[in-house]
Amino acid sequence: MAEIVQEDKQKGGKRRPKKHSTNIDMTPMVDLMCLLITFFMLTTAFSKPKIMQIVLPEKIKDREIVERPKIVEYRTVNVILGPDDKIFWYPGKLDPANPPVLQETDFSDTGLRAMLIERNRALFNKIADFNNKILTGEIKMPEDSVEVAVKALKKDDDTGPIVLIKPYKTSVYKNFVDIIDEMSIVGIGTYTFTDINWAEEQMVERALGETASTGNTDK
Amino acid sequence: MPKIKIPHKTPRIDMTPMVDLFSLLLTFFMLTATFRPNEPAPVDTPFSISEKKTPDANIMTITVANDGRVFFDVDNGHDTILHFRNKILKEMGTHYNIEFTPEELRKFEKGSSPFGVAIQDMKTYLNTDDPNERMAFEKGIPIDSLDNQFAYWVLYTRTVNPAVQTLVKGDAQTEYPAIKKVLDELQEKGVKQFNLITNLEKIEVTQENAE
Repeated sequence: MAEIVQEDKQKGGKRRPKKHSTNIDMTPMVDLMCLLITFFMLTTAFSKPKIMQIVLPEKIKDREIVERPKIVEYRTVNVILGPDDKIFWYPGKLDPANPPVLQETDFSDTGLRAMLIERNRALFNKIADFNNKILTGEIKMPEDSVEVAVKALKKDDDTGPIVLIKPYKTSVYKNFVDIIDEMSIVGIGTYTFTDINWAEEQMVERALGETASTGNTDK
Repeated sequence: MPKIKIPHKTPRIDMTPMVDLFSLLLTFFMLTATFRPNEPAPVDTPFSISEKKTPDANIMTITVANDGRVFFDVDNGHDTILHFRNKILKEMGTHYNIEFTPEELRKFEKGSSPFGVAIQDMKTYLNTDDPNERMAFEKGIPIDSLDNQFAYWVLYTRTVNPAVQTLVKGDAQTEYPAIKKVLDELQEKGVKQFNLITNLEKIEVTQENAE
């Protein structure tokens, strides 16, 4: 098209070199760049996933005879992870002849957390105090030694509950992570994962059956 | 009145600074881009309040999908010259009497996504390039006591690279027994410290709302 225009002008007489503007139209380039930037921004995995560390004890080999760790009975809390985000718990030791009543609770602030904080008051306050002092600048220490100090506080604790976590067979991985989370929120010093035993399994089944049947009668 | 001719100018914006800025941004994003490895199974990680970041190198990632399939991935860092992946596959090959060609080993080393392939299918898996065809082999790594290939993957990864850290990435809806099997197997092989991959969720617990 441009050529035709030029030919017309040449006919007119004086030949004048056409003034080309030195501007280059950058709009397409900008368009393309916008597109590429958007693409790269969306594909970049910016926020790295976080990790949660747990340390599990070494497996005891079959033939090895290891003394079972002594657990003070009145400090133990058995927490059973049930299906559908349900939690069952009972304090103390299980007596199969006279099974304790399972208490049902959930992962909300007023559920398990309130119960554990109640039992863990002394240690929880100690940790909170410590954290406050760090925040206000009363105690000055580098970031990474704070964690060590909190760990030491937890280790020295001898009044708080020992939580035995027993996942029921239909509980999901999410609950497993949630409960570890809960432990760190409440600041439980000692907790461990153990297998659920048959008596507890039966108790859970009964409790689940009861809630299911009451649910039916309500309807 | 004579008409005043207003020179008709097209409104032009000088785009040069904009282009400059854009090229800068583009370069930045291109260089920092680490592409998400494509995953053989969708995994929604659960939320936690942990703020630790995942390590960059020396990691093995065990992915557990919500149907219980187990996937395995070894990341030796992008710029390593140690060829961990290569060596691990070779060890696996000698254990199961499968000879891998250098070509196959190289392909395995390049791959950076989790795999859930039985070692018997590994040869054909590596020789197919089409991702859709590859999906057919992603049945999960056998972990039962009859054919416990998962244990050997862990074992050889840990012998080839003793500094390796274990990451467990599970779907939130995976049933616990599947996770327990993986954790048990890892404990059996002497792994004590586990890193569970989670998403960050902020919960503030203070003295006030505790009371």
